[in-house]
Amino acid sequence: MMQSPKKYLAHKGWHQTAVIALIGGIYVFGSWALNFNSVDGFIAVPKAFAWLGIYFRPTAHSMEYLPKIWQKLIQTVLLAISSTVVAAIVSIFVALLGSKVTGINSFVQTIVRGVASFFRNIPLVAWSMILLFSFKQSDFTGFLALLLMSIGYLIRAFMEIIEDEASETMLALKATGASYFQVIFQAVLPQILPSILSWILYMIENNVRDATLVGILTGTGIGFIFDIYYKSFRFDAAGMTVLAIIIVVIALETISNQIRRVIL
Amino acid sequence: MLEVKNLQKSYEKDRPALTDISFDIKPGTFVAIIGPSGAGKTTILRSLNQLIKDDDGQILLDGNDIRTANKTQLRKYRRQIGMVFQNYNLVERLTVIENVLHGRLGYKSTLAGVFGRYTQEEKEEAMSLLKKVGLEKFALKRCSELSGGQKQRVGIARSLIQHPKVILCDEPIASLDPASAQNVMELLKDLTEEYNLICIANLHQINMAKKYADQIIGIRKGRLVFDESADLLSEDILRTLYDQDITKELE
Repeated sequence: MMQSPKKYLAHKGWHQTAVIALIGGIYVFGSWALNFNSVDGFIAVPKAFAWLGIYFRPTAHSMEYLPKIWQKLIQTVLLAISSTVVAAIVSIFVALLGSKVTGINSFVQTIVRGVASFFRNIPLVAWSMILLFSFKQSDFTGFLALLLMSIGYLIRAFMEIIEDEASETMLALKATGASYFQVIFQAVLPQILPSILSWILYMIENNVRDATLVGILTGTGIGFIFDIYYKSFRFDAAGMTVLAIIIVVIALETISNQIRRVIL
Repeated sequence: MLEVKNLQKSYEKDRPALTDISFDIKPGTFVAIIGPSGAGKTTILRSLNQLIKDDDGQILLDGNDIRTANKTQLRKYRRQIGMVFQNYNLVERLTVIENVLHGRLGYKSTLAGVFGRYTQEEKEEAMSLLKKVGLEKFALKRCSELSGGQKQRVGIARSLIQHPKVILCDEPIASLDPASAQNVMELLKDLTEEYNLICIANLHQINMAKKYADQIIGIRKGRLVFDESADLLSEDILRTLYDQDITKELE
């Protein structure tokens, strides 16, 4: 039965009010049940930041750590770049096999989708811990963990790029009588290259951040050094490490944005 | 000579997209296929180079049935059939001349094609075809920098370098402004005569079909309702074809 528009909108208004009231109610009940004092909680936030500002502020003394931090940071950035590049090479071939437009058949497509989603949905921390058993605390463990995770993301992204951007040109070249490999190399790859590069750059940025976390677990790179400083109460050095990471990540983002502007 | 006999196709069971389509086209003829959206025009066109596999019937190009060809034979038939698309379907990031040369891929070994190695004659022919479609100055421009009308002319050059017997045009002017559309239609018409081609275009513009086509094929709900020379297209026929009066289109 058709509702009148007025009635429909009024109904929708009530609906929204009810949802907001429900969320508020859950919050109040939760606070009461957990004995949580909202006001104190909010006041504590600035205090916490003030504490961070005092203890984590790098001092003149912490400049001494800089060469060591710098060395580990380079190591971490290289780890992120190498794992992403290897992942990209693997992913592009797998994505070609698995995408709906270039794929072999629906069986292979399902397998590829499954594998990609499996690699993607196991958290990075879990990957690192699992791989630690086989590869011990080394850079290679971190490399593998980042590689598997990146492969999971990139296969999925590349397949979608192929399906969105290459299907029309592919059809045109198929119609000229071109063979499968000719179509892939002459139409699909040139067409998707900018989007692919853009994703690789994004993945490198992301992997620099993730490599820090992985480093804490695998005892390598910048993550490890941060962990040492933190656990030995050298908070100023730990703060210095965080600052260095932030600067490098921002620098990488700026560079890759420049590259994107040129290639797109 | 292109002969289509009793072509059948259904995408879903018991819902035929094409029913018993038959027509003949002689070389040097410009044919327009008209009919409402969803009537089956694109399905017919794409069956002709087997981008869509039809269910039954015959498609004879100079007496050989394309439908029963194996993979290698099909490649050989496809290179004799050029195709022009509504959205041009060029590789936008590559240059104009590279896109034209793509039309030669069907004649090349897989490896030469993969690496884009073309002979001197092929490159020269590509340039002379670009001259023919009025784009010789754009040879080294990226396709993404061209206008719609220019892109469509690149698409036409790409199909011509195939040395085709047939050119299939799927809504060639639907994305173009009126001036470019006129331009592209005139070009197709001239090329049909010059190379003695069979040129088949799906069109929504009835006035264009009437003006440029030699032969008009009318499709309604997957059935052929008209297949005559263009000047025999009447208001009555358009009324049956589109289920309403659209006489002003004929003016």
